Amino acid sequence: MTDDTPMVEITDLHKEFGHLHVLRGVDLVVPTGSVCVVLGPSGSGKSTVLRCINELEDLTAGRIRVGGELMGYREGVRRGAPALFRRTDKDIARQRSRIGMVFQRFNLFPHMTALDNVVEAQVQVLKRSKRDATARAEELLQRVGLADRSDHYPSQLSGGQQQRVAIARALAMDPELMLFDEPTSALDPELVGEVLGVMRDLAASGMTMIVVTHEIGFAREVADQVVFMADGVVVEQGSPAEVLGNPQEARTKDFLASVL
Amino acid sequence: MSDHDQVPGRIHAVPVRHPGRWVSAVIVLVLAAMAVHGLVTNDKFQWPTVWKYLFNEQVVRGVGWTLWLTVASMVIAIVLAILLAIMRRSDNPVMRSVSWVYIWVFRGTPVYTQLVFWGLLSVLYPKISLGVPFGPEWVSFTTTDLVTASRAAILGLALNEAAYLAEIVRAGLQSVDAGQDEAARALGMKGSVILRRIVLPQAMRVIVPPTGNETISMLKTTSLVLAVPFTLDLNYATSAVGTRIFQPIPLLVVAAIWYLAITSILMVGQFYVERYYGRGFDAHGKNAKPGGKQAAINAAGTTPEAPTFDDMGRPQGGTTPGGTA
Repeated sequence: MTDDTPMVEITDLHKEFGHLHVLRGVDLVVPTGSVCVVLGPSGSGKSTVLRCINELEDLTAGRIRVGGELMGYREGVRRGAPALFRRTDKDIARQRSRIGMVFQRFNLFPHMTALDNVVEAQVQVLKRSKRDATARAEELLQRVGLADRSDHYPSQLSGGQQQRVAIARALAMDPELMLFDEPTSALDPELVGEVLGVMRDLAASGMTMIVVTHEIGFAREVADQVVFMADGVVVEQGSPAEVLGNPQEARTKDFLASVL
Repeated sequence: MSDHDQVPGRIHAVPVRHPGRWVSAVIVLVLAAMAVHGLVTNDKFQWPTVWKYLFNEQVVRGVGWTLWLTVASMVIAIVLAILLAIMRRSDNPVMRSVSWVYIWVFRGTPVYTQLVFWGLLSVLYPKISLGVPFGPEWVSFTTTDLVTASRAAILGLALNEAAYLAEIVRAGLQSVDAGQDEAARALGMKGSVILRRIVLPQAMRVIVPPTGNETISMLKTTSLVLAVPFTLDLNYATSAVGTRIFQPIPLLVVAAIWYLAITSILMVGQFYVERYYGRGFDAHGKNAKPGGKQAAINAAGTTPEAPTFDDMGRPQGGTTPGGTA
């Protein structure tokens, strides 16, 4: 990547749910082609950051740029002063379609086969022909190792298989950025490896990824950058060697001690 | 899974006895025999007259009209109800308000009153015109030609029913797991596509059983169309014949037999529709039937359980299937 623009640039992000101040000024830069792993105790706001990037939550304050483009708002001028204009639903849908998201609970469409899950948004959003979309879906299911499961409904698949279909579904949109919200937390332990394997391959292929997880091993092995969050702020960030190997902050040390 | 063959020490326990069941069976049988005996031997029911008029031409035509009123008004009501439910969930406050007011008015006034109103429409508004509001007219109709008694009856029944069904549809849409909407939005789908392709198909499981119930209810509600007045339906036909021959009671029995017969047929239909939308509950059990869109929705547990029935028609409590069970 010759472009210096980072894939994701978050500045002073705040998020309130009613009286609950969940994010208290998060700054984060994720360079294009890099893998950022976000760690932290539950309730630290990790998932909320991801959901804000994808505009599943409205921001209370701050700016999020993906590929240089401001998410959710347009900058303009109103009555001679700079102002933010909320983007239309259609525009937000376009921005979201560039970002793939994988959920903790998979959220596959239960009334569609694995193949149709991967085909659906290609046809509805990208307006690909059914034939092209099917070809692409088959290729992606092959890539996540599920070519022989394409006509199965989600209920007939194991959790690990469902999550791999969900990854294929997100990849089918040819996203510039992939967000993973605790992708292995709902899985039985013996199924975690197959999902992490797919994610590892994806990282190796140069995909920009932000991964919220509790898998320290994955962070150590795959991450270019590890971010430790607690109480709605970034406590510590750096290379895996720095944050995991030689944490400076007491809260980071406590967390790692409790997880490892 | 369990083996049926060589399990050592398989339990063959003596079952608990239920003497209360025998006692209650005897009591119920005696009461039923008394009721049947009373019906058959009481000549005020005029059974020969009942059989004579059961397939009377006017009565059978009344059955036809009642079925038509039921089907036509339910079809219109379902379409309107889906629109109202979608409007109710809309981001557009105007749409939300219109839907709310509609449901408020049509659920808040008696259907009988509404039917009288539709019957009086031609008195209230003798002419209906299309044109510029407060400006020139392009076409105009005489209301009595446009809104005939049968149309007024169907309109009145459908508009009222739509208000009730709208709430059923809304409950169905709400019942679909929020993660489904989020996943679809994250893929960049727009609202109308999410509704049509993702949410509505899953909501059907919750919507269909009470809609069958409403259909059976509508069958009986059609007897109110004499408020329009519309006078060809089953209830009016039988009471007209009964008055003519000075034998109201046997004709009431004729009406009751027909309503019961049609309801029974509808119940059979409802049974199969509910079974279709309830199947796949034991997707992981021994009776699992593979495949099927509906089975997959049920097994995923993205909608809450609707009651299902076993072979004897007894309601069954299902289990909530987990994602990774």
